Amino acid sequence: MSSAQIEIQLIASLVAIACAIPGTFLVLRKMAMISDAISHSILPGIVIGFFITHDLNSPVLIVLAALTGIITVILVEWIQKTGLVKEDTAIGLVFPALFSIGVILIAKNANDVHLDVDAVLLGELAFAPFDRLLIAGTDVGPKSMWVVGSILLVTISLLIAFFKELKVSTFDAGLSASLGFSPVVIHYGLMTVSSVTTVGAFDAVGAILVVALMIAPAASAYLLTTDLKKMLILAVSFGVFSAISGYWFAHWLDASISGSITTMLGLLFLMVYLFAPTKGLIAVVYREKQQRTEVSLLTFLLHLKNHNEEEERHVNHLREHINWQKVRAKTVLELALKNNMIVIDESIVSLTKKGDAFTSKAIDYIITNEDSQIEDMKDDFFLFRG
Amino acid sequence: MLGSFAVLRKQSLLGDAISHAALPGIAIAFLITGAKDSNVLLLGALVSGLIGTFWIRGIITKTHLKSDTALGLILSLFFGFGMLLLTFIQKQPNANQAGLDKYLFGQAATLVESDVWLMAIVTGMCLIVLLLFWKEFKILLFDADYTKTLGFNTKIIDILITSFIVLAIVLGLQTVGVVLMSAMLLAPAAAARQWTNSLGVMVFLAAIFGAFSGVFGTAISASQNNLSTGPVIVLVASVFVLFSFVFSPSRGLLFKQIRFIKNRRDLELHKTLAFMYNIAETHDDISHPHTIKILNNFQGFTRKTLQKLVDKDYVKLEGTMWSLTEEGFKTASNLYNQQTNTNE
Repeated sequence: MSSAQIEIQLIASLVAIACAIPGTFLVLRKMAMISDAISHSILPGIVIGFFITHDLNSPVLIVLAALTGIITVILVEWIQKTGLVKEDTAIGLVFPALFSIGVILIAKNANDVHLDVDAVLLGELAFAPFDRLLIAGTDVGPKSMWVVGSILLVTISLLIAFFKELKVSTFDAGLSASLGFSPVVIHYGLMTVSSVTTVGAFDAVGAILVVALMIAPAASAYLLTTDLKKMLILAVSFGVFSAISGYWFAHWLDASISGSITTMLGLLFLMVYLFAPTKGLIAVVYREKQQRTEVSLLTFLLHLKNHNEEEERHVNHLREHINWQKVRAKTVLELALKNNMIVIDESIVSLTKKGDAFTSKAIDYIITNEDSQIEDMKDDFFLFRG
Repeated sequence: MLGSFAVLRKQSLLGDAISHAALPGIAIAFLITGAKDSNVLLLGALVSGLIGTFWIRGIITKTHLKSDTALGLILSLFFGFGMLLLTFIQKQPNANQAGLDKYLFGQAATLVESDVWLMAIVTGMCLIVLLLFWKEFKILLFDADYTKTLGFNTKIIDILITSFIVLAIVLGLQTVGVVLMSAMLLAPAAAARQWTNSLGVMVFLAAIFGAFSGVFGTAISASQNNLSTGPVIVLVASVFVLFSFVFSPSRGLLFKQIRFIKNRRDLELHKTLAFMYNIAETHDDISHPHTIKILNNFQGFTRKTLQKLVDKDYVKLEGTMWSLTEEGFKTASNLYNQQTNTNE
């Protein structure tokens, strides 16, 4: 591994961490699309900054770009506040307009310089190590590493300093207002951090990857935990993992690094989406099926309780009476038998004592409209779940 | 046109997501066929756009992640994957690869006649389907549950609308590019929404706005050197939106402000009148004159409101004295009654 490779991985990981932290809060605050809008609309800021300084590496560019990011947020909010359109429409209107201005500015005035749309949108991580930062003539490392590193440092210190405030205002804006810290200030603070992170990071990895790095690790972590601290840690480690594995994937394919990091993120999310223990797709589908069977079981038991006549409780008769398919009826019957809730005596089904108790309790809950209690009760009665 | 449905279904950013999600489809189609046949590429884009859309749907319904997260996720992940494939293609020894990235940013100038015909055909198809299923679309849009109870297959209608939105986006990609496509979908619809409450009129207006911004944008970009078409079209469309926001008669900001001021004036007028009524009530003769000075302590009073009251024949002015007329007294007492009535 050459030093350039290590540096690239280091930069990618730093960017991943720097993005994952604000990203987590954006996802929790349901503002994920804002990051997409910011990453596009910073373009005019960069272009104008370039006209002023004629230097692509000047810090003025970053400041101006961050400013445009904040302007985007303000514009979106202002349009939304007029009540004429919904928030998502507002976002969709603002950022293409700003982006168009940026593109036109480039096309009109900066055709001859190295500043094209591809570079801005896609970035190229592989070139990052060639852009060295020289202090007093000595080489101290790639420039973007320092930029991203300092942004990360600021983000982390802000996070630690205002963790409590952020937490409260994210989950309960009203409470945080009544406790005396303004949700508005925190909102704009978060937006500023997001803009600055986006700007600092996109130079190294491109706008699209910034969005992916913000949203995907946070979304994956959100599927796995509901604890904010755990979610932050998970998001950060997901980000770093996909940054490093993405790098080697790109190395192997000889393709774009930012693209392959995003692909790794995508695979990671897909895995979590499918296999997350409680919120994954498979778990959800399984649980839905289980609940469906259990509801059927309850219906079945209620039917038994309501009818004492033997003909109503005949196995074959039940099927046509409750109008179930053959397979379904069999599943429900087996489940009831396994849980000792019914006995079948010469094809006549009758409730056991346990089944009777269960049904009476369930009826009580249904009548008093406390259906949710049934879920807890199931734990006491069921030996096997549906 | 189809944007109207997207806007009303609160799926505005779907366009953005789909246009990004189409990229890997284009790349894969190219990888498989190895040729740059625009129809095959479009088909690939269509497929991956649809996959993206339904995955978004799946994330929203099956997990607790919200729609914005799902959109951002799919958008960036698909796009990143597409980039990976594109750079991978660039390394391949295939001379055809150049120009594939034109799809990213769009280039109206590269369109050839067959592309235009294809677009015209698809637009025609959209129109026909829209007319055929107008009632179903409309009812699904505003009351999905009701549609279900009426026995329509909501899923199929839903898929139909979504597919057409995806189709429109994929076609538009060539013209204006990934980033600006969402604006093309949204802006005309958002502008049209300000002018009307009727779906039919809205769709019609959106189509007109869209066509106009297309024509104007192209004209402006052609008149100047070095001006790419896509961004100009989007800017023109944005101007339309801004104009609609400010000047639309019922929802516009300008008229809202005017109405607001007018209401405030009315309220002040009533306040002054009520105050006068209270004074006049203490006297036996309602038209007993009082000096204007005693009104000065009262906030709702201005010289203008007084003049207006005179114009309405509620108040008589004589020098520095005022007195309520018979009619003014009646209105004022009714005013009071109305208020208590509405309070009850």
